[in-house]
Amino acid sequence: MNSPVISVRNLWKVFGSGGEKVPGDAGLSGQSSAELLENTGCVTAVRNMNFDVAKGEVFVVMGLSGSGKSTLIRCLTRLIEPTSGQVLVDGRDVLQAGTSELRELRRRKISMVFQHFGLLPHRTVLDNVSYGLQIRGTAKNERYSKSQEIIDLVGLTGYEQHYPDQLSGGMQQRVGLGRALAGDPDTILFDEPFSALDPLIRRDMQAEVIRLHKEMGKTMVFVTHDLSEALKLGDRILIMRDGEMVQVGSGDELVGSPADSYIADFVSEVPRADVLTLKWITKTVAASTAHDGPVLAAGTLIRDAIPVVMSTISPVLVSNGDGTILGQIDRDSILSVIHGSGSHTSDGRASGNPTSGNPTSGNHGAAFPAPGSRDNEAVPNKEVPGKKAASKEAVV
Amino acid sequence: MATLLRDRPAAATRPDRGSLGARRVSRRTWLLLAAAVLWLLGFLLLRGTGTLALPASELTDLHRSLNRFNGWIAENRDGNPVFMYILTPLRSAVGLVAGFFMALFAASPTGEVIPVLGWLGTVAVLTWIAFAVGNVRVALLTAVVFTFFGIQGLFVDAAYTFALVLTAVLLTLIVGIPLGVLAGTSNRVQKVLTPVLDFMQTMPTFVYLAPLALIFLIGPASAVIATVIYAAPPVIRLSSHGIRSIPENTKEASDSLGTTGWQRLHTVQLPMARRTIVMGINQSTMAALSMVTIAALIAAPGLGQVVVVALQSLDVGTAVNAGLAIVLMAIVLDRVTTAASQRAEPSARRARRLSGRARYIVLAGTLLLTLGIVQVSRTVLWAAVFPARLNVGAAISDGVTAASGWLQTNLYFLTHSFRESVTVGILNPFQSLLTETPFYLLVVVIAIAAYAIGGWKLAAVTTFCLAVIVSLGLWSDAMVTLASTLLATVIVMLLGVVFGVAMGRSRRIDAAMRPMLDAGQTMPAFVYLVPFLGLFGATRITAIVAAIIYAAPVAIKITADGIAAISPTVVEAAVSSGSTPWQVISKVQLPMARKTLALAANQGLMYVLAMVVIGALVGAGGLGYDVVAGFVQSSVFGKGLAAGLAIVFLGILLDRITQAAASTPGRKPGARRT
Repeated sequence: MNSPVISVRNLWKVFGSGGEKVPGDAGLSGQSSAELLENTGCVTAVRNMNFDVAKGEVFVVMGLSGSGKSTLIRCLTRLIEPTSGQVLVDGRDVLQAGTSELRELRRRKISMVFQHFGLLPHRTVLDNVSYGLQIRGTAKNERYSKSQEIIDLVGLTGYEQHYPDQLSGGMQQRVGLGRALAGDPDTILFDEPFSALDPLIRRDMQAEVIRLHKEMGKTMVFVTHDLSEALKLGDRILIMRDGEMVQVGSGDELVGSPADSYIADFVSEVPRADVLTLKWITKTVAASTAHDGPVLAAGTLIRDAIPVVMSTISPVLVSNGDGTILGQIDRDSILSVIHGSGSHTSDGRASGNPTSGNPTSGNHGAAFPAPGSRDNEAVPNKEVPGKKAASKEAVV
Repeated sequence: MATLLRDRPAAATRPDRGSLGARRVSRRTWLLLAAAVLWLLGFLLLRGTGTLALPASELTDLHRSLNRFNGWIAENRDGNPVFMYILTPLRSAVGLVAGFFMALFAASPTGEVIPVLGWLGTVAVLTWIAFAVGNVRVALLTAVVFTFFGIQGLFVDAAYTFALVLTAVLLTLIVGIPLGVLAGTSNRVQKVLTPVLDFMQTMPTFVYLAPLALIFLIGPASAVIATVIYAAPPVIRLSSHGIRSIPENTKEASDSLGTTGWQRLHTVQLPMARRTIVMGINQSTMAALSMVTIAALIAAPGLGQVVVVALQSLDVGTAVNAGLAIVLMAIVLDRVTTAASQRAEPSARRARRLSGRARYIVLAGTLLLTLGIVQVSRTVLWAAVFPARLNVGAAISDGVTAASGWLQTNLYFLTHSFRESVTVGILNPFQSLLTETPFYLLVVVIAIAAYAIGGWKLAAVTTFCLAVIVSLGLWSDAMVTLASTLLATVIVMLLGVVFGVAMGRSRRIDAAMRPMLDAGQTMPAFVYLVPFLGLFGATRITAIVAAIIYAAPVAIKITADGIAAISPTVVEAAVSSGSTPWQVISKVQLPMARKTLALAANQGLMYVLAMVVIGALVGAGGLGYDVVAGFVQSSVFGKGLAAGLAIVFLGILLDRITQAAASTPGRKPGARRT
């Protein structure tokens, strides 16, 4: 694992007068957010947060509205002043930085993309994209040529002289993305960037982010309230509730072994076959299993294993990266996953339990098309598995 | 005090629980009724005693000591350090700037009425400026109107007025925009500034003329200073508002890129607030024109002076001619600054036909042409002084005078009977009810009414205001003013409700009336007097009608906005349950717009009050007359100053009572809901 780009330690943000006393006071910091609100009138937006973001990783912060995720991401560059704790960027504590050091951090290291774009209506697309370069004092010619490259990169070629209000929402967010990229920062923060866009545009923009991530390899911290977006983009996902971290892990970890019923409820609608890999359903090799059958890697998504498993009657062996056989899967184990996904039944939580669901050929036919019919997710998902399988090994 | 504060919200919430609510309301009505009965009984029994009437020529000790203060200032002007180092230099500096512009456009420094630029040069320069900040259309309008001033025989007067407006607006912007920007970026500055601006705007315009004349002497310099005080609030407020209404996420986005405060100001805040700031410049300019004409009372030269002299000699023709010039000037200033604010809009910038460079070339070319005309104007006599042959001002005046005479003679039965019936039927009885009731009784009655409307605090404020008026020795005059003011306000509110409801209910009526109302509001207050002087002669009625015309547009607009703001769903629900239009108006729209109506009454009242002194120029008595007399005769200077103060306190009293009335009706629906 790479050394972390951003390390957050014991980070608190308490709104309201007297909020600065809460983190240091054992009596107060022990209370729940509701109790604190009742007793002190303070709102705890971020509570004792700890996490690391690795270089080149897409780190997703997910939670419902009001869970404090937008406050958390703003605390990273002190757009909102944190109450206490540490935010280490390349080892330097942002909270200790002076005005000019903080400004340099924002100008060169970390930039941000906003939900409502925050474009300057009186400037053209070109001037919006080059804004960050302008305020750090880049000469006009240089900043325009650099911005033109970025405009080409985010697919806005030909719109340089347009004004923001002449563009659609998706295009405006491309400008926002371009503005964040123009300064060539190490890290980009996204605050629910696509939630104001309609679903089709959102899908395009998600694909765009995945493409840019592949091409440029920037570290990204991505805030969203949309679980499918989180699963699609995130190498790792942090789930927040009431300002607290509930669980952090890769998408299949959250779906496969949710930390509590809150997360289990959260992920219950996820098509499990699209997220879980074979390692979650692998059983020990039975004595009767033939050893000359097909072998699949443990990192394969269950959905991708379906054709192989269905084409043979005997169980299929599962190996890890270096060829060691970990175990076997069969039709029953796959069907139980497909059957469990999309329902609220409790068997979804006990991962890899093959006993439930004894499918007949009738509901076999009904259950099978379900994941595939969600074509919204099917397209980008095709490009996710490879990346996910590669980065998962490094991060987990 | 603390217990009082705690009791009030409790009283406010109590009506929500059943029958208690009905009792609370009836108690208030009962108190108001008791006050009215007490007043009537007192009037009948004690009529004519304790009226504190003070004949026009008599003074109290306070007035005499104010006169002495006037003399003391005149004696010490040269020796006192405050004057030597602050006030006199300020006056000279302002006078210098005003003098420069006056010499440029109106008269040469030697005192001859030949402007440095010549009249043709002045027209050319102003036209070019209008083109540069606005567009071709407003430039043409400027050229036509300023040439027309010459034809009216008022070119020099109009140029004086324009020079003073220009000076005042420049100074206003130098002070106002930075203050507004500061207030927009700093909450602390905003908090300090807001009450000051509120006070500046509720104070009737002319009230600070007398003290300013006392400190800065009469003349252009104090006129400009008074105008700056009057014209600064709009641009300060709108600059601050423009910066504050920038979306938070835009500001945050620029912060996230590491802007410094200064970078944020000039790349985000100023460009995005630009249009609002220019709108503020528009409003300040209109306010400045209004004040510069009124400042004729402290010897500011220009069109206002012409009107004042004409009013004092009841020369309707000359007054109409000059009044027309003021209206035209207002139109030009409004159109040019509006065009400038439209130009400031981003979408306008990109729709421009000329690219940036082509525009600069056109501007430079026309500037050269303008300079050429100025040169001609400085060398050729007919282009320097407006040719007398073309002057038809006298003809206009004579024509208007003849027409007015004809109207007064031939419509005598109409105007006279209207005037007499209002005067005898309404105004006189009401005025005598106020003036002939013993003052102590009236104070008690008003205090009881104030308590019924707004509780102890309001009663205390009103009693204090009335006590100040009594101690100023102007009780009787204040009651005369109050009678006219209240009568005018009632009519303003009737107009406000009738037209406001019509506008609020029909888009077409709104579209037809709004431009008229806008025009009415941009006109300087002065102008309203002139036509009614022609119809009714110099009487109280003329002053009241002028005040009504001045105040009605604001009341109508506020009412219309209030009616239009009612949720269409509610109206739809009422219509779908079978209400007639009249039922919709009386049962749904007016009750729901109650707060707005009270606000309209409040604003209407303040506007009427603002006309008190101006109305005194055409025959209104009371405090306004005292103020005007104070300007003219130094022997009653002190009384005029005291009358100005009395108007301020009358204003505070009426403002607080109507504001309280505006905030209380909220309880009644709450009580009815249960």
